[in-house]
Amino acid sequence: MHIPDGYLGPTTCGVFYAVMLPIWVIASKIVKKTLKARQVPLLAIAAAFSFVIMMLNVPIPGGSTGHAVGAVLAAILLGPWAACIAVTVALVVQALLFGDGGITAIGANCFNMAFVEVFVGYYLYRIFSYGSGVSSNRRVIAAGIAGYAALNIAALSTAVMFGIQPLLHKTANGQALYCPYGLNVAIPAMLGEHLLVFGWVEAVVTALVIKYLQKQAPELLEEGGR
Amino acid sequence: MKITTKLWIGIAVLIVLSPLGLLLPEYFNANDAWGEWGTDGIKELTGYIPRGLEKLSSLWNAPMPDYAFKGWEEKGLPHLSFAYIISAVAGIAIVMLAAFIIGKILSKKR
Repeated sequence: MHIPDGYLGPTTCGVFYAVMLPIWVIASKIVKKTLKARQVPLLAIAAAFSFVIMMLNVPIPGGSTGHAVGAVLAAILLGPWAACIAVTVALVVQALLFGDGGITAIGANCFNMAFVEVFVGYYLYRIFSYGSGVSSNRRVIAAGIAGYAALNIAALSTAVMFGIQPLLHKTANGQALYCPYGLNVAIPAMLGEHLLVFGWVEAVVTALVIKYLQKQAPELLEEGGR
Repeated sequence: MKITTKLWIGIAVLIVLSPLGLLLPEYFNANDAWGEWGTDGIKELTGYIPRGLEKLSSLWNAPMPDYAFKGWEEKGLPHLSFAYIISAVAGIAIVMLAAFIIGKILSKKR
């Protein structure tokens, strides 16, 4: 889901940097008001978890690969704004140091994984776990549903970015300038593989960690909304 | 043991397991993630390299491209697995540091 340099034209890259800039500013302001000093290690752990879980590529035999993002877990534990910052940190380091995701696409990639996935996952978790006790099974299921759905929405958002490129940029003889595949190819491909495989990885990872925390540190789940 | 210590141990375990993210796709003959092909890959798929893509794709020279050391592209899987772990350690060290600094700046002092 890390869009490399060259797949998005300058317009799309610029728009999503412009969209993310105020989101990062708002996130900093809100986190400044809500993040407690003792939550800082958790912020670092969430960022580190997101970084390493994205390295664990899961294969579709004979097909492509993909991975979980860990963004929904971060959102459940830290709230969406701090999670946005945590996943952004992981994505920026991946782009700059490891060339995983383009530097021109940092805005776009952060929009998909650090904003769309984080917020969709956070609110789905809140809805499905509404009124449930900290140690209830419903929380675990809510975390799984939120992980599955949010990764897929993020994949859809990524696919739309890829898919609009042939509409935006074409040479005179009809060749694509950037991503050559339109929405009719990008959406089924991206969404299909995430619905079938990678979404389940995010669901299981998110649900298992919540289950573990219910036993080991239920207090982390109580202040999850903050 | 504090919960943060336990979670850091969990991260360490994931770092050790991270080469699975390299070995499993290799074993199951899985290729690049969709939309993340190199210029060779895209030429194979479409018959040409989109001009803008070609220009932008070499824009950034990452110090450890694809979680490996430069010049190790032709090395075998054991070498690449080692480089993958080193990349995970280095990446997480930087992510941690950045998150701690940002967290310290943004969190409420008490």
